[in-house]
Amino acid sequence: MFLARVLGSVTSTIKHSDYNSAKLMVVQPITPDGKDDGASALAVDATGVGRGEIVLVIRQGVAAGLVLNVELPAVRSVIVGVVDDIDIKR
Amino acid sequence: MFLGRVIGKIWATRKDVSLKGFRLLVVEPIDHDHKKAGDAFVAVDVVNASDGETIYWVGSREAPNALPDKYGPVDAAVVGIVDRVDA
Amino acid sequence: MTLGKVVGTVVATQKDSGLAGFKLQIVQTLDLPAFELRESFLVAVDAVGAGDGEVVLCCSGSSARMTSVTEDRPVDAVIVAIIDTAEIEGEAVYQK
Repeated sequence: MFLARVLGSVTSTIKHSDYNSAKLMVVQPITPDGKDDGASALAVDATGVGRGEIVLVIRQGVAAGLVLNVELPAVRSVIVGVVDDIDIKR
Repeated sequence: MFLGRVIGKIWATRKDVSLKGFRLLVVEPIDHDHKKAGDAFVAVDVVNASDGETIYWVGSREAPNALPDKYGPVDAAVVGIVDRVDA
Repeated sequence: MTLGKVVGTVVATQKDSGLAGFKLQIVQTLDLPAFELRESFLVAVDAVGAGDGEVVLCCSGSSARMTSVTEDRPVDAVIVAIIDTAEIEGEAVYQK
């Protein structure tokens, strides 16, 4: 799993059927201190997140399938939680 | 999944049977600002994307899942055509 | 998936039994969209019978085992197509 900030959403009419049931969000992977970590990515949203929120993203198809209730989905990244707080001890 | 732009096509007559009937596109990965985000690669197309279109794609083990029988030697697949990015 | 040019073969007598009977090709990868060879190589099992100098399409990772030839074999890169034509930004960049 990785942390990301929600930047917005993608609208798409023509798509693989595995993407029909959920919203597609643009997420910016971040470090635990909130700095951008690489290029932006996409993730399907199963929790109803909004722009600016910090979220937890999984990047693995079998796990994505459990969330979307699809066996072997053509989906790899799914938002699985909204982060309330990050507590780093260092 | 990531955003990308279709920049080309390739054709192959001799290919693995599970690739028969699918178009092969050259995709340049981009970020939400349409800035290049990595090296271009070849992806199987299951949504009939055209040259220049902004698309999204999925890689790794999930790419063959985009094929009808969810099986085939595919490590990148174009799975959607982008109408609009609001970010 | 990666485009590359077949530049040689690997011969290995002592190998995992799962690799028995495979032709192992050395593929020099092509940089896209420039369509130029780069100093990056991979060794791929040939599932389509590619020849020296041909431009081929390679699949990597676990999907490399998803051909009838490589199913359940210890393989992470496979040649899955021989390229006839390539077009970038509307211009033909390769013709077999």
